[in-house]
Amino acid sequence: MSFNWSKFSAPLAFYPVAGKMIPWFSVAAALTIAAGLYVGLLIAPTDFQQGDSYRIIFVHVPAAWMSMFLYVVMAVWAGVGMGLNARLSFMMAQAIAPTGAMFTFLALLTGAMWGKPTWGAWWVWDARLTSELILLFQYAGVMLLRTSIDDMRRADRASGVCALVGVVNIPIIYYSVQWWNTLHQGASVSMTAAPKMATLMLVAMLLMTFGFWMYSIAVVLGRVRCVILERENLLAWNKPSPAPEVAEAQS
Amino acid sequence: MYWGSVGEFLAMGGYGLYVWTSFIVTALCMVWEVLALWRRRAAAVAESRGIL
Repeated sequence: MSFNWSKFSAPLAFYPVAGKMIPWFSVAAALTIAAGLYVGLLIAPTDFQQGDSYRIIFVHVPAAWMSMFLYVVMAVWAGVGMGLNARLSFMMAQAIAPTGAMFTFLALLTGAMWGKPTWGAWWVWDARLTSELILLFQYAGVMLLRTSIDDMRRADRASGVCALVGVVNIPIIYYSVQWWNTLHQGASVSMTAAPKMATLMLVAMLLMTFGFWMYSIAVVLGRVRCVILERENLLAWNKPSPAPEVAEAQS
Repeated sequence: MYWGSVGEFLAMGGYGLYVWTSFIVTALCMVWEVLALWRRRAAAVAESRGIL
């Protein structure tokens, strides 16, 4: 017997599934972030060039990676939503945007905290920093476009197109340190070359990244549940609420 | 353990202000996001009950 995955593309069917997944991702996030903080702040040695200011990397790089990764995932969901005309896909895109914007803000802020002691400036108009700032404006644009259009289907499409067009900035951010002469240092980790950092530092950074990733999934699933409750017009269709406490009151 | 004392740990080799600001603001943002989501969920659940 085959398992029908497509039934979970119905928001009300996905609602309880998302609820079951959230605790697992939350626990995974808490454990890996705790381990990452332990290794990064207590065990890893200091950097011979940058001193202990380098420890900002343990929040800066995961936040920056998530800011780009979440943007791509958001755009993919928007694209799937437009291709298949699937409500849940647009809801996922809607749920991802605030978390992506938050990590973009954090990448910029922690970058400023790192830039001041190492470069002597909170901010420079360097290709990496500028393109990441543009990413923050893109998230803001995607979210504002949605709230500015009353018709939900048009809002989905408009913000979806906005998200898809903006994907062009992601490779620009990623390769900016190679394409231009930037004050920002090059990639710390690459698929093709040996890591440029000590093992303990790398372990801490990867733990934090994995933790932020799990955190993002948990938060996005939590938010998509809110979006489902807000957007599915349960009364008009005379459907029971997927929230158990409401469903009980309704029965 | 890399650090000799708690004071050394907090000082972060003189970069304490920058390092701790980064970590604390990141933590506050993430905690705030989770709390905001709880409030939003409570409101959404209340709303779907009010629709009854």
